[in-house]
Amino acid sequence: MRIQIRNFSKLSCLLIGVLFGFNSLTGQSFQETLSKGQIRGNFQFDAQYYQEDTLIGAQDVPEKILSNGFLNLVYTNGNFSTGVRYESYLNALLGFPPGYQGSGITYRFASYTQDKLSITVGNFYEQFGNGLIFRTYEERGLGYDNVMDGVRLKYDLAKGVKLTGVIGKQRLFFEYGDGIVRGLDVDITLNDLFSKYSESKTRVIVGFSGISKYQQDLNSQLVLPENVGSFAGRININRGYFNFNGEYAYKYNDPSADNGFIYKPGEAIFLQTSYSRKGFGLVLAAKRNDNMSFRSDRTAGQQDLLINFIPALTKQHTYNLLATLYPYATQLNGEIAFQADLIYKFKKGTLLGGKRGMDILLNIATANNLDTTQLNDDATSRQGYESKYFSLGEVFFKDFNVQLNKKFSKKVTGRFTYANLVYNQDVIEGKPGAPIIYADVGIADVTYKFAQKKSLRTEAQVLLTKQDQGDWVTLLLEYSYAPHWFFAFLDQYNFGNPDPNLRVHYYNASMGYVDGGNRISLSYGRQRAGIFCVGGVCRVVPASNGLYLSVTSSF
Amino acid sequence: MKHFRILLTIFAISIATVALAQEKSNRVIPAVDVQKLNGSKFNTSEIKNDGKPIIINFWATWCAPCKRELNNITELYEDWQEETGVKLVAISIDDTRNMAKVAPYVNGKGWEYEVYIDPNGDFKRALGVNNVPHTFLVDGDGQIVWQHNSYSEGDEYELFELVKKLSEGQSIK
Repeated sequence: MRIQIRNFSKLSCLLIGVLFGFNSLTGQSFQETLSKGQIRGNFQFDAQYYQEDTLIGAQDVPEKILSNGFLNLVYTNGNFSTGVRYESYLNALLGFPPGYQGSGITYRFASYTQDKLSITVGNFYEQFGNGLIFRTYEERGLGYDNVMDGVRLKYDLAKGVKLTGVIGKQRLFFEYGDGIVRGLDVDITLNDLFSKYSESKTRVIVGFSGISKYQQDLNSQLVLPENVGSFAGRININRGYFNFNGEYAYKYNDPSADNGFIYKPGEAIFLQTSYSRKGFGLVLAAKRNDNMSFRSDRTAGQQDLLINFIPALTKQHTYNLLATLYPYATQLNGEIAFQADLIYKFKKGTLLGGKRGMDILLNIATANNLDTTQLNDDATSRQGYESKYFSLGEVFFKDFNVQLNKKFSKKVTGRFTYANLVYNQDVIEGKPGAPIIYADVGIADVTYKFAQKKSLRTEAQVLLTKQDQGDWVTLLLEYSYAPHWFFAFLDQYNFGNPDPNLRVHYYNASMGYVDGGNRISLSYGRQRAGIFCVGGVCRVVPASNGLYLSVTSSF
Repeated sequence: MKHFRILLTIFAISIATVALAQEKSNRVIPAVDVQKLNGSKFNTSEIKNDGKPIIINFWATWCAPCKRELNNITELYEDWQEETGVKLVAISIDDTRNMAKVAPYVNGKGWEYEVYIDPNGDFKRALGVNNVPHTFLVDGDGQIVWQHNSYSEGDEYELFELVKKLSEGQSIK
């Protein structure tokens, strides 16, 4: 905390200095310089009043009311930009990491671009390539934020060649982690670098990056590497409707709590290829990551202080039962995953297309453990295990899903989904001995337009499984009156719970008002325990009952 | 240290006062690097439409209301363009997990929009976008004059009313 404030005061001096300095150089009045600037930002506040509800396992909350809030402010003036974020957790909403407590400035930066050089000091988000060795980003709704605090330099070395260098520490709630992260990325667009290919239809971009972290070794039993390096190489080839993207990453030995302090190096490969033209799109992807958890503190767990990002190769569902009961997140210690994703549009006037056309989306995804052999070498080389490159281990996750979109008339539109899931709860949720879950899901989403700006959307969802909590059904009615109002009613019913006493309804009613960049919504009722995911990150949210207020604003 | 905070606050307020007083004349599109669908870089300061209005819409392949909005507009887009010359720029905030699905989805759906990807949220942050879908309207002088968060069925008609006003040179404040 102390370090943070000290930096903050330095930064404020810097900001003022830069602006006044900038000013005197150009000879403009301060007022005139400032008048060219613009301020932007956003605000969000969520608060919940909690009621105890023993039937669904909603615990009593001593504070009764919990809230999360933040305000982002970004000032831009020509090539100069600066910003701050204030965050407040009084106390954090249930399900948020407990490290979020209290209020304060958690993000501040200043950046300046001069010709080919761009400088950022303070906090910054950055990603190298696909993120396999480095990605800092934020998902405010999940409380995920591994932002860097330090210095970033970007330099355009030549036409088509961009260099990015970073050094800093990563955010851990209201403090920063132990380790120092530093790295360099080179991004080369070959068509721009070599002018004779500038008109070529085939565009090739290659990139190389290296990241290393430093953390002192205070372990009395093991000799741990204080510096751990990693590197990655990538290529993107595009020709017309075809695209290929591949990246390989390697990490030197990095004993950590995640891998049980073994000295085995890590590696990852990520391949995606796509072909699309009007009315047709296909993506094939494959990924293998082995011992690639990479954090700036070797003892960190959960979602804390991750330096890299290994994307999950599964469809990111949006429907309630599909998205929050059995979602998948990458297993950092190791997995092999494949995905195929297809979209096809049946033209208007064809047999299946009918009068208004229809489209189909098909997605198949699998994730398996690596095929490993334990070495039992803890007392000697501590390599931990060996893995076969092309062989699959136990299943983690499978998803087959198909979706049809059809407009029946000017007033009625429908979207129908079927999904079949296989979910290894034991591994994904860390519940030893839990059986593998097999679930079938069916969803009908129908919108009826009464008038141009008045519509009713209904969702009927059913999830059938013999494992875990058994069968579920969800019904949603959502009435919207554009552009300002919406009203919704939701019931989720766990009708197939093996325990008849737990066959409960989760009623929830909500309404909202939207005006330009402002949005206010209020809901009351039960919220089922679930796993909420955005991007590749998931958060387990316990059941609750009560009144929920959310205000968001962008300006 | 407290003094520095107070100093910064005063500083921020003075900037804000001046900036907001001038608000009308300097809300331009921030300059940030995003990606084209072919993987190459594109700077958002180059988003232009010959003095005609521009719609900037933030969306993601995993966002159902976003896709409803852009699919609904697709059916009207040709008429909108004919009538006002408006251009829609769709900014996908999909990250590495879903980025590869953006071009196939856009082509598969036959969208005629200009599409860019903002995989680490740089453009999103620069414009103060919180959640998707989020829509901005840019007038003929390149000023951001309107924004809207979320999508309800029928919002597109409201949007087009505003586009029409802009294309006729009217103020929509």
